[in-house]
Amino acid sequence: MSSESIALSAVDHGTRPISERLHDWVVTVDHKKLGILYIVYALVFLIIGGIEATILRIQLIVPHNHFVSPQVFNRMFTMHGTTMIFFVVMPILFGFGTYLIPLMIGARDMAFPRLNAFSFWMTAFGGLLLYFSFIGGNGLYGAGTVPDVGWWAYAPLTSRAFSVGHSTDFWTLALLVSGVGSVGTGVNFIATILCMRCPGMTLGKMPLLAWLNLVVGGMVVFCISPLTAAQIMLSIDRYLGGHFFDTQAGGSAALWMHFFWIFGHPEVYILVVPAFAFVSEIVPIFSRKPIFGYPVMVAATIAIGFISFSVWAHHMFTVGMSSYGNSFFVFTTVAIAVPTGIKIFNWIGTMWGGKIQFRAPMLFSIGFLFQFLIAGLTGIMLGAAPFNWQLSGSYFVVAHFHYVIVGGIMFAVFAAFYYWFPKMSGRMYNEALAKWHFWLFLIGFHLTFDFMHIPGMLGMPRRIYTYEPGRGWDIWNLIVTIGVFFQIAGVLVFVANLLWSLWKGEPAGNDPWDAWTLEWSATSPPPEYNFATIPIVESRRPLWDLKHPEDPDWKYE
Amino acid sequence: MSSEAVVRPSIERGWVLPSRGRVGMFSLIAAESAIFTIFVVAYIFYIGKSLSGPLPKDVLETPIFITICLLSSSLTIHLAVRALRNAKVGAFGLWWFATLTLGAIFLIGTGREWQRMIYEKGLTISTNLFGTTYYSLVGLHAFHVTVGLIAIALAMILTLLGKVKPEHSERADVFSLYWHFVDVVWVVVFTVVYVVGR
Repeated sequence: MSSESIALSAVDHGTRPISERLHDWVVTVDHKKLGILYIVYALVFLIIGGIEATILRIQLIVPHNHFVSPQVFNRMFTMHGTTMIFFVVMPILFGFGTYLIPLMIGARDMAFPRLNAFSFWMTAFGGLLLYFSFIGGNGLYGAGTVPDVGWWAYAPLTSRAFSVGHSTDFWTLALLVSGVGSVGTGVNFIATILCMRCPGMTLGKMPLLAWLNLVVGGMVVFCISPLTAAQIMLSIDRYLGGHFFDTQAGGSAALWMHFFWIFGHPEVYILVVPAFAFVSEIVPIFSRKPIFGYPVMVAATIAIGFISFSVWAHHMFTVGMSSYGNSFFVFTTVAIAVPTGIKIFNWIGTMWGGKIQFRAPMLFSIGFLFQFLIAGLTGIMLGAAPFNWQLSGSYFVVAHFHYVIVGGIMFAVFAAFYYWFPKMSGRMYNEALAKWHFWLFLIGFHLTFDFMHIPGMLGMPRRIYTYEPGRGWDIWNLIVTIGVFFQIAGVLVFVANLLWSLWKGEPAGNDPWDAWTLEWSATSPPPEYNFATIPIVESRRPLWDLKHPEDPDWKYE
Repeated sequence: MSSEAVVRPSIERGWVLPSRGRVGMFSLIAAESAIFTIFVVAYIFYIGKSLSGPLPKDVLETPIFITICLLSSSLTIHLAVRALRNAKVGAFGLWWFATLTLGAIFLIGTGREWQRMIYEKGLTISTNLFGTTYYSLVGLHAFHVTVGLIAIALAMILTLLGKVKPEHSERADVFSLYWHFVDVVWVVVFTVVYVVGR
């Protein structure tokens, strides 16, 4: 391909001692190294969070099980939720964003490279703080080590009276610290995308991944900060004797819920919009067609960004809001399904009539598409207040949001892994192992989360330690737990594939997918400066223009 | 294949992007606004909900003088940045010092106000809901003033050492955005605490 014109070989580090190379990773401000640090860090926590989930499911496999104590069970679901949201999915998405955005917009680095490093290390420090509570949380004898207040930590569970010792403080500080890092990343995304684009790349010619991450940056800036504010208030309550969430002194427990969910719901979209971004890049490549409805995709994403700030109280229908409040949040929740639906139609429109290649990234993207659709449909069900009154706090809700996060986001993340692995490592992954990963994980996912809806509808509450036999829940819980082991097998195949391909994979070349965006014009892996000469683009598919000078895109855009 | 087909110098010539310093600072200000919004909402939500005294009408005194000081520091920092842009480093130093002084007066004034309320009126952060919300909202703002003053003091030292040059005017400009933001927040805090909340 024509990308040789801007290809340059990376500086050879192979001969230097390992201590120096490790030192490079610690002091680096290079967006590619930081991106990989984010991703590796998140994978470590994915294993930890996965072990916690497995403990929960083994405990629930049969009624009256005593695999762990009730106290440990509470700690495990708290740590599982907090870890997966803050220290797995967010860092993994930030990692891909940090790695890809400068490459895709033709820049040499982020707008603020040192802020980028700062953000990563704050996130890393936050995760360490959370897990340090295993050691340091035991402030009083028998007070308990790890946070056990649930991932949303409702008041008054977090007050000194009900949470003695330091476990809740570690939770608060971990989220505060990693929140600062996240805001730094959000600021960096916005500044990079607005100020670092290569000549010719107007906003209308940016890859969709850059557009969607611009929206994510805006959402991070506006929605992580309320969480930070709420954590400051909680710390004031716990350390300085404040009364924000202290109902004994006139404070309000519902206020914490509002503050948490005004962060919590946009957070869902912060997690899912980058997943949309991956799919929007991958589906066109493997359908051999440009994305269908580019401007509508951008508009829909911006609409999601705005509406996501007005839906938070649909997590609180059972709290007892006024009928006007309930109606408003039902309306906004249903409204946000419209732009999301537009996106799904656009991806299908992209595939329609294309020459679809069923490689691993495409398989995972198609899995994402259908599973995210179902997740959205159960979301609309839960968004209807009367239905929600029946099922709020049940396993139906757990099944719904795992459908979003695992069936939607994680499938898109796996697609992104396989799609950009050749760029990041310079080597191809093993396609056969990747297909094993897909099918094992798909079967495991559906066994676990399809059947989790049913005990929820039969009345099984979430977060219960164990249950009575004979309520019709037994068989479903058994199937759900069996599915977990298929998922574990899939993830093990994935990790084996990553490690094996890193050492033994075929050299990938610059552009293994015959793709169209700028990152594929750099070498694999790209040199520190990304591009020897800053590229100039004239359309949304600059590499298509290079490869097909007789029929370039800019004639039609 | 050749790349001549794509390289068109016309694109490169008129290619201007926004300043990353300003965009970054505006994004940070957006994040800070969200934090302050949450604290202001909490303050307003808890007005009149304290179960015991002292109440705002018993203890609050409107801090007119320090408010004037802080708001006028927005003007002095603007003049300082303009002076630096016009390569008048001496004038920059004077206006910058004025900003530092006015900000410091505000902070000292807040400190004296807190001292009076804590030692004479017996209102602390743990006394009642008013104390909790008042000290955290005003304290959060005072914290931002402090951070700004540290930055201003550092730049002042650099000015005295003769290291500040006209080419740094964009940095001073970006910082002044933060300082203006801190002033605007004070207008909101002042309105909520001393006008609405009393």
